[in-house]
Amino acid sequence: MTPELGQLALILALLLALAQGVLPLLGAWRGHRALMAVARPAAAGQAVFVAMAFALLVWSFLSFDFSVQYVADNSNLALPWYYRIAAVWGAHEGSLLLWIFILNLWTLALATLSRNLPEVFVARVLGVLGLGAVGFLAFSIFTSNPFARLLPMPADGGDLNPVLQDPGMTFHPPVLYMGYVGFSVAFAFSIAALLGGELEQAWVRWARPWTNVAWGFLSAGIVAGSWWAYAELGWGGWWFWDPVENASFMPWLVGAALIHAQAVTEKRGGLRAWTILLSIFAFSLSLLGTFLVRSGVLTSVHAFASDPRRGLFILCFLAVVVGGSLLLYALRAPKVAGGKPFGVVSRETAILVGNLMLTVAAAMVLLGTLFPLIGDALNLGKISVGPPYFGFLFTLLMIPVVVLLPFGPYLRWGKGDSPLLKQVLLRTGLATVACAIVAAFLTDGQAKAIAGTAAAVWCCIGTLLYVIKRWREMPAGRRYPAEMAGMLLAHFGVGVFLAGVMLTNALSVERDVRVAPGQTESIGGYDFRFDGVQQTQGPNWQGDQGVVTVLRNGREIAVMHPQKRTYLRGQVQTESAIDPGLFRDLYVALGEPMDRNHPDGAWALRLYDKPFVRWIWAGGLLMMLGGFFAAADRRFRTRKATEPAEMPAPAWQESRA
Amino acid sequence: MSRLLPFLGFLLLVVLFGFGIWWNTQHDQREVPSPLINKPAPAFVLPRLDDPAQSVSREALLGKPYLINVFASWCVACGEEHPVLMADGKSIGVPIIGYNYKDAPDDAKAWLAQHGNPYDTVIVDQEGRTAIDFGVYGAPESFLVDGKGIIRYKRIGPLTPEAIEKELKPAIAALAKEKP
Repeated sequence: MTPELGQLALILALLLALAQGVLPLLGAWRGHRALMAVARPAAAGQAVFVAMAFALLVWSFLSFDFSVQYVADNSNLALPWYYRIAAVWGAHEGSLLLWIFILNLWTLALATLSRNLPEVFVARVLGVLGLGAVGFLAFSIFTSNPFARLLPMPADGGDLNPVLQDPGMTFHPPVLYMGYVGFSVAFAFSIAALLGGELEQAWVRWARPWTNVAWGFLSAGIVAGSWWAYAELGWGGWWFWDPVENASFMPWLVGAALIHAQAVTEKRGGLRAWTILLSIFAFSLSLLGTFLVRSGVLTSVHAFASDPRRGLFILCFLAVVVGGSLLLYALRAPKVAGGKPFGVVSRETAILVGNLMLTVAAAMVLLGTLFPLIGDALNLGKISVGPPYFGFLFTLLMIPVVVLLPFGPYLRWGKGDSPLLKQVLLRTGLATVACAIVAAFLTDGQAKAIAGTAAAVWCCIGTLLYVIKRWREMPAGRRYPAEMAGMLLAHFGVGVFLAGVMLTNALSVERDVRVAPGQTESIGGYDFRFDGVQQTQGPNWQGDQGVVTVLRNGREIAVMHPQKRTYLRGQVQTESAIDPGLFRDLYVALGEPMDRNHPDGAWALRLYDKPFVRWIWAGGLLMMLGGFFAAADRRFRTRKATEPAEMPAPAWQESRA
Repeated sequence: MSRLLPFLGFLLLVVLFGFGIWWNTQHDQREVPSPLINKPAPAFVLPRLDDPAQSVSREALLGKPYLINVFASWCVACGEEHPVLMADGKSIGVPIIGYNYKDAPDDAKAWLAQHGNPYDTVIVDQEGRTAIDFGVYGAPESFLVDGKGIIRYKRIGPLTPEAIEKELKPAIAALAKEKP
């Protein structure tokens, strides 16, 4: 009975989504207030039914209802309860339901927090979000029903992919989806503005906090995914330029561009059409990511079930949503290049260059990701471009961004302040050169390590100098408004991230060794003593667990337990042991015994010393915090729409104008 | 016009994706063409499940075509395939060699006792070493080897009644025609 209730809830949600998608838009077009008023209750009702369906699916997992195909495929009697909950989004059908649920949460938040915006505008925004929900609910109900029954009911189910049985994986999809779906709000704002022909730029200010929060979540989701790949896949890598990773990275890049473009549009009125286009791109790339992952058009390590019917559905949905909005853009985008004029040396120019680089980088990633498909189409065979292509081009494109980044806060809107800029350039440049020289001595002149140190110091010192300047010049309480604090945090995060990437890349040591119990191997000044392998057992797996004692100068600093687990259905999964540290990670993965019949003999081990690897994720998390901080700025809290739309420019801008 | 550019660019993408979906329906993603087809089967000497003292080799099987079917008691898909082999195995006209892959012999025996034994002979590759020479991905997999010891057909995944009728039997019929 439970699954049928769930299905019914989904169907009711679809009907409400149709109401939410059609009636308010009609109402806004015809000026019919009663129709516009449908938006909020329809959105709330839809959220209730989707939440119900989601809860029922969770319940089916918790109560081992193997008569549900999805539950039988992805869980079994031995799977612990927390992984049974995570199994809800462990495969296609359930993650789609999670996607819809999160879309509902965003819609609900918007419906609640938009009471002060013009009625017509809100009706349009909620209507567009409703249409999006219609597409996804229909996709779920018609091609990917999570509640489909399995008869006869098996006594026990399959298993959740062991790769996904990890705490990182429990949080990664929901957080990532918060980001993906969050861009739907910025998208809906843009479409509403196009539909309404808004001449005012007020809507951009309303859209900004939503974009920042979505981007923050996306940053966190990517960090969680990267951390999971590092800890779980046993290769010690943190980014693989895999199609599915790229699918999350492209909206992130465009989102970063969008955040900056929105700032220009809001404060100076410039780049209006560009901001709209970027909002459309950011959400389109989120949808495209779904398409790439779900349709099986590209094969990747994220082996989700693929089905041509599903692929076709998403393609049609994609064509309607993206095609429709780009056509609308072509017809209705603001014709005049509005906005106040700006000089060559100005904040606008810097942001424009950054925007250009970020969008070109996203296009470059898209091209690389689609390369195998293009190869098929032109009959060139299965070709794919790997990390060399992505790594090289991406680095190249990001150089201007990194170079400009510290100047962002110093540059003024409209025109620059050259004497101040020269001073900043001098100080930051000196610090950078000094640190690069120190790095050259410490790393025996490794080019990547020197470049990484220089880039990181350039970004971090440049940002810190501005923090100090504000501290000195402004009275307490007005030094760091939330919006600016967010920007500074995120920019500092870029520096930390750069240090992590480049130093890990340059200084990591990796060794595959064959060790007998009692034997010691050394890398990076650490001695790894292999103390043998024990049998160990978890709730739904058995495994070999190595014991590796790490010593430095004869002093014991860690005992590590890398595992090799065999799950119930015979899948084998390595569980690396990691000794984390602020400046280095030690990482051990257990390989195979040299002789199967003598597990007490020698084993293959993979040992890593990864300096600064944690800085990569720390940088990502700082960027996330930046997004959240900026969104919390008081300036973004909407007031009654009856007040004049023109808000006073923030104090920190006036002070330098 | 320039405002139409994003739209036109997107149309190109849609065409490319449509092509991708169509291409996938025409090509099985799992179907990595086996480089072993029309090549001699790798040499092997493997013990029999029922009597490990005796072994079966490639040379001993020369002269008549046979089907090697890779299976294991731990393999869920083999359980799906099994009834098909029980029902249609006798009708294909060539002996079926069961290739017990990375399995405990006692488990394999119990499994065959429980579900029935469609095989003429069962050979054991407990370590999976020889399976590497055959390019076995996983169980189940099937190889048709002709009288000269050459692999003529390979299937990854369970044999279905449809696959037996449409692929395996025609391949066997083709072998019969070559003989004279």
